[in-house]
Amino acid sequence: MKTRRFDALIVGGGGAGLRAALQLARSDYKVAVVSKVFPTRSHTVSAQGGITAALANVDDDRWEWHMYDTVKGGDWLGDQDAIEFMCREAVTAVYELEHMGLPFSRLDNGRIYQRPFGGQSKNFGGDQATRTCAAADRTGHALLHTLYQQNIACRTQFFDEYFALDLLRDAEGYCLGIAAMSIGTGEPLLIEARTTLLATGGAGRVFWNSSNAMINTGDGLGMVLRAGLPLQDMEFWQFHPTGIAGVGCLITEGVRGEGGYLLNGNGERFMERYAPHAKDLASRDVVARAIAIEIAEGRGCGPASPQRGGGYVHLKLDHLGEKTIAEKLPGIRDLAIRFAGVDPVEKPIPVAPTAHYMMGGIPTNLYGQVVAPARYGPEEPVPGLYAVGECACVSVHGANRLGGNSLLDLIVFGRAAGRHMQEYLRDNPYPRPLPGDAAEASLARLRRWDRAGGERVAAISDDLRRLMQGHAGVFRTDAVLREGLESLNELEERLVRAGLQDTSRIFNTARIEALELENLMGVARATLVSAIGRTESRGAHTREDFPVRDDERWLKHTLYSRAGDHVDTKPVRLKPLTVESIRPQEREY
Amino acid sequence: MKFRLYRYNPESGKQPYMQDVELDIDPAGRMLLDALLAIKARDETLSLRRSCREGVCGSDAMNVNGRNRLACITPLGELSEPIEIRPLPGLPVIRDLIVDMEPFYRQYRSIKPWLINDDPVPETERPQSPEDRALLDGAYECILCACCTTACPSFWWNPDKFVGPAGLLQAYRFIADSRDEAMAARLDNLEDPYRLYRCRGIMNCVDACPKGLNPTEAIGRIKALLVKRRV
Repeated sequence: MKTRRFDALIVGGGGAGLRAALQLARSDYKVAVVSKVFPTRSHTVSAQGGITAALANVDDDRWEWHMYDTVKGGDWLGDQDAIEFMCREAVTAVYELEHMGLPFSRLDNGRIYQRPFGGQSKNFGGDQATRTCAAADRTGHALLHTLYQQNIACRTQFFDEYFALDLLRDAEGYCLGIAAMSIGTGEPLLIEARTTLLATGGAGRVFWNSSNAMINTGDGLGMVLRAGLPLQDMEFWQFHPTGIAGVGCLITEGVRGEGGYLLNGNGERFMERYAPHAKDLASRDVVARAIAIEIAEGRGCGPASPQRGGGYVHLKLDHLGEKTIAEKLPGIRDLAIRFAGVDPVEKPIPVAPTAHYMMGGIPTNLYGQVVAPARYGPEEPVPGLYAVGECACVSVHGANRLGGNSLLDLIVFGRAAGRHMQEYLRDNPYPRPLPGDAAEASLARLRRWDRAGGERVAAISDDLRRLMQGHAGVFRTDAVLREGLESLNELEERLVRAGLQDTSRIFNTARIEALELENLMGVARATLVSAIGRTESRGAHTREDFPVRDDERWLKHTLYSRAGDHVDTKPVRLKPLTVESIRPQEREY
Repeated sequence: MKFRLYRYNPESGKQPYMQDVELDIDPAGRMLLDALLAIKARDETLSLRRSCREGVCGSDAMNVNGRNRLACITPLGELSEPIEIRPLPGLPVIRDLIVDMEPFYRQYRSIKPWLINDDPVPETERPQSPEDRALLDGAYECILCACCTTACPSFWWNPDKFVGPAGLLQAYRFIADSRDEAMAARLDNLEDPYRLYRCRGIMNCVDACPKGLNPTEAIGRIKALLVKRRV
């Protein structure tokens, strides 16, 4: 079989992968990036509002305040050492992006433009802060293109349109690279590397109504589960308050940051009732729940119709004026006109919560090393394996991510992992031999899809998304989750019987979709089982049968393993690196 | 609704052909991509690229009723039937609606699309006035979908020599950036009868750009800078 060898391998060409790749490429190590799409098609490109860092360009600010907001936003489930690291590094990480050429919007004095975002405060819970650095409402696009450009300059080796199948590991657990497949030719390829980073992004396509790109199918999570490693905090999914109703495309929180607000069917600014202080700029979980309640209690806007998914609220921004909208929110205006048929300069946008972000993922430490429970002691790194970005769970977002912190996560931990991988390469100068049968399981998986079958992949895929929408949405109960799990068992049986009509080699996208569905199935199971396990409400995980946060029993992370659907727990690290711990408090906005 | 789809499977040994497809779909509020995915759910051999489905990733550019467009932001209701869909023109077809984008990417890379500034790195950001930053508007938003370049007859004739509208727009994005120091080298790189001057101002690119950008204008500015530097 064809084999290529590199020092470092990055799986995923989004912001996290490209930031890490850049760090390594600049150090003269031989680095390759494998991406199932041309890198600038990665989902980072869709990020709108910005990247959060306490630059204090507009107003007083300190990284300690950013840290407090992130801990509180995550409902105290985030690890405070990682959060301190991220908020502290944020400032230099953002300046670095600017030096690379990222076209940030500017203030009159020439400094980087910053806007208010939800859940941000000054002085540990005081007035609204202005902390999110933006390139109009296309920050992700600007960031991803800038990083890609820098990587071309450094001659990073790209494997575009290659699909990652599985991790290659030896008997001692070292990660030695991946088995992949060229989408263009259908041929398998082994890519050996002394160190491998997973930066495969989220899995939001497991829900019917999602802001996510169609490529967000949790491929890295599937690889990790198949390797027998656990996933952390998979019950925590963020539903973004303002997706375009019935479509799911995102309308950035930046709209509310710039002064937009939400109205229910009675024309009432209902967020005042739910978050008297922060109102429309409360944390996303708080706003999404409020909208869901308004709609459920009959105070939504417009008639329930299949087009609009049975109810929505209005996001009003016409009072900002055409000039501000054109300067600061041009992409949003475009999306609203195209997908909602309304020009926000004149009329409010119909919005409803949409699945947006996976707080959980592959457990890592703050160097991006993947960690797993050890036979002795709490946990230890999996040698040679790293994970960064939405697929990883460091955990900095805890039970609910703040807007503007995801791009930051990519950059800070992409850089940190890139640095640590260099150390690892220095300490492990020789490649370890690849066991002869290392790729056997992957090849068997590929062969399995050469078989014709009765069930259609697309139908199972649709049913999976409906299932998760109905059984693991904003509000959850034990009964509904268990019902979902039973239906998932049936879907898994159907998947066994499924086959492809198309068994060609060249650009067989049907085969890719089948492999993606296998990954999504794993993500769905991890989510349902973890959500059944967590008998409390925290952040984005709302259990109607356990409506309050229970710090005594549940101030801890869940760890889901595929073997036996086992859910273990591990403690939350409440001790930061240098500052004082932020003790759990009642969470109010 | 009636569709005519360009089909080509290199493994079948058959020549490319146009396939007539009928689909029962209500066009209200739906985009062309929705229809194509519905067709694919029925016949999974139909191959196309897609990702963000909201017009920012640039994956699903194709030729629709004679015009290059992004399927995900093309409203179905606007299209006259039968809706004829072909791969982007001017690039080798790999399969169905999937083309080999490499000639397009090669031209993009040839303009050195990254900021060049060898000054010592400052402690904070490099300042840029809002006016200087505004010069990048209309250039940095390019999503590399290739709608413009593959609508350009000059590119069809000389894909190996003419940078094409997308590449030239990106060249301008860096030339116009007050933080970039390589303007002279960038202009040298383009001062060539083919690389820049094959642009004849046909303006197909402006018509084709799904993001409403204007490559012809940027090319005009590059030409003006070259003239200015000579006198």
